[in-house]
Amino acid sequence: MSGSKSHPKQQRSPGDFIAEHLLDIPRSGIRDFFEIVSTRKDVISLGIGEPDFVTPWHVREQAMFALERGATTYTSNRGLIELRRAISTYVGKAFGVDYNPETEILITVGVSEALDLAIRAITNPGDEIMYHEPCFVSYAPEIRFAHGVPVAVNTRREDGFRLTRAMLEQKVTSRTKALLLNFPTNPTGATLTQADVEEISAFAKAHDLLVITDEIYSELTYDGGRASIAAVPGMKERTIFLHGFSKGWAMTGFRLGYACSPPELSEAMMKIHQYIMMCAPIVSQKAALEALKTQDDTEDMRLSYEKRRNFLCAALNEMGIPCHVPQGAFYVFPYIGDYGLTSKDFALRLLDEENVACVPGSAFGACGEGFLRCCYATDIKEIKEACLRMARFVKRLKS
Amino acid sequence: MDELLKLLKQNALETPKNLARMLNTTEDAVKVKIADYERTGIIRGYQAIVNTDQLDVKLVRAVIEIKVTPEREGGFNRIAERISKFPEVESVYLMSGTYDLLAIVTGRDLQEVAFFVSEKLATIAGIVSTGTHFMLKTYKNNGVLMEAEKTDERLKVSP
Repeated sequence: MSGSKSHPKQQRSPGDFIAEHLLDIPRSGIRDFFEIVSTRKDVISLGIGEPDFVTPWHVREQAMFALERGATTYTSNRGLIELRRAISTYVGKAFGVDYNPETEILITVGVSEALDLAIRAITNPGDEIMYHEPCFVSYAPEIRFAHGVPVAVNTRREDGFRLTRAMLEQKVTSRTKALLLNFPTNPTGATLTQADVEEISAFAKAHDLLVITDEIYSELTYDGGRASIAAVPGMKERTIFLHGFSKGWAMTGFRLGYACSPPELSEAMMKIHQYIMMCAPIVSQKAALEALKTQDDTEDMRLSYEKRRNFLCAALNEMGIPCHVPQGAFYVFPYIGDYGLTSKDFALRLLDEENVACVPGSAFGACGEGFLRCCYATDIKEIKEACLRMARFVKRLKS
Repeated sequence: MDELLKLLKQNALETPKNLARMLNTTEDAVKVKIADYERTGIIRGYQAIVNTDQLDVKLVRAVIEIKVTPEREGGFNRIAERISKFPEVESVYLMSGTYDLLAIVTGRDLQEVAFFVSEKLATIAGIVSTGTHFMLKTYKNNGVLMEAEKTDERLKVSP
């Protein structure tokens, strides 16, 4: 028709519309493995990264009551003030650091959103953010979505997968802006001692870095207390503390987390949150408020996990799969490198021959090669059966 | 409560070896502790939790509310102990509220339980009145669901 300026250039296919920086990011190795496992029947899965408990009844009941009362609206962007106050009290008591509920706490849709907000709020293109591997699968991709540069710091079995200042010093550059921590760690179950967090704090101060600390597993620590870097003197000002209800309160499906940070950073995250999310679901917020009223359920679950951890570690070591005893979360990360198989092949053969699903360590970063992630947040009967099958499997591998 | 007791309450058939693994101790230590609990009477026995509704046997169970005149020096104990001696009586509890003792009684049919209550229980000196409630169906017993199976709706593998 007259009026059209020129012939359009060659038409783009749907895939051509995708942003370039997204194309470089691989799919999660967990998702690949999930697709293989989901084709099989009667699998015993030690590959599930969530509690096997249903949310405590009083919390579910409160959520239903909230719905009955018509709690179906938006809340303030930051979240219900009564929930922020309860979080402030809880974090103060449990972690020893005080946050102002009016200006320093932001309720989010899971820690996943909080993590995304924290990274986007601080990252200029090209900024380097350090994180420790093996780690939760989202960290590096989230940094890249924000056009940052993820810098992995390898942790080692010999150190119980703890992070030390020496490891960090090797990877820090003038472009490093932040350090992302996740202790207790998914997938290794590693925790930090008070001395460790003080050492890392000194590193962060020396290099003028921000610390983002994802402490979603912090209620699930065994054989000792928890140490949060946010509570180290002088660190609150340079720390974004992320936490939520998924693990300690068995509330994964409620999708409720929060970010605590100095007011300026909180406001920056809030800016993104208000435009992309508006607010976290009100029913989940009401449920979370109920969840914070008692620690009894969390403690019961912790004690139950602890016994299952002990059982699984003992059984793995007895069958000849060396396994350190992790102090947190609900994962063990045994070493299978002596069997002459990659962790992926080991996991695939274990699935194929014995119908037991464990996630290959390589899904959590290159230095996870040689390991398996086995989750003990599953019924003890299943763990026992899985151990019998695994023992049979490794006996065959050895012969 | 001690963690070993909690585990035994969940599954009294758990092997000492597995108990030792879970509690991060030795098999011998577990055995010694269990023997000690049995000796001191803290563990008074081991029973299967049976869903009698599924069995083809004649069995009815009733909850009996009992009002009692307490005795000088004996309180409720003497009467409660006396009631406890009947083999028909499964459990007896001292209660707060509108009645004093609660007994769970079993029998082959309604008549048998009714006969036991009117002839044996109500006639005991000191018992003022009884109220009988027959149980119709068991949904949960000793923390165990009798019918509903626990389902795991989680994804088979997740981050």
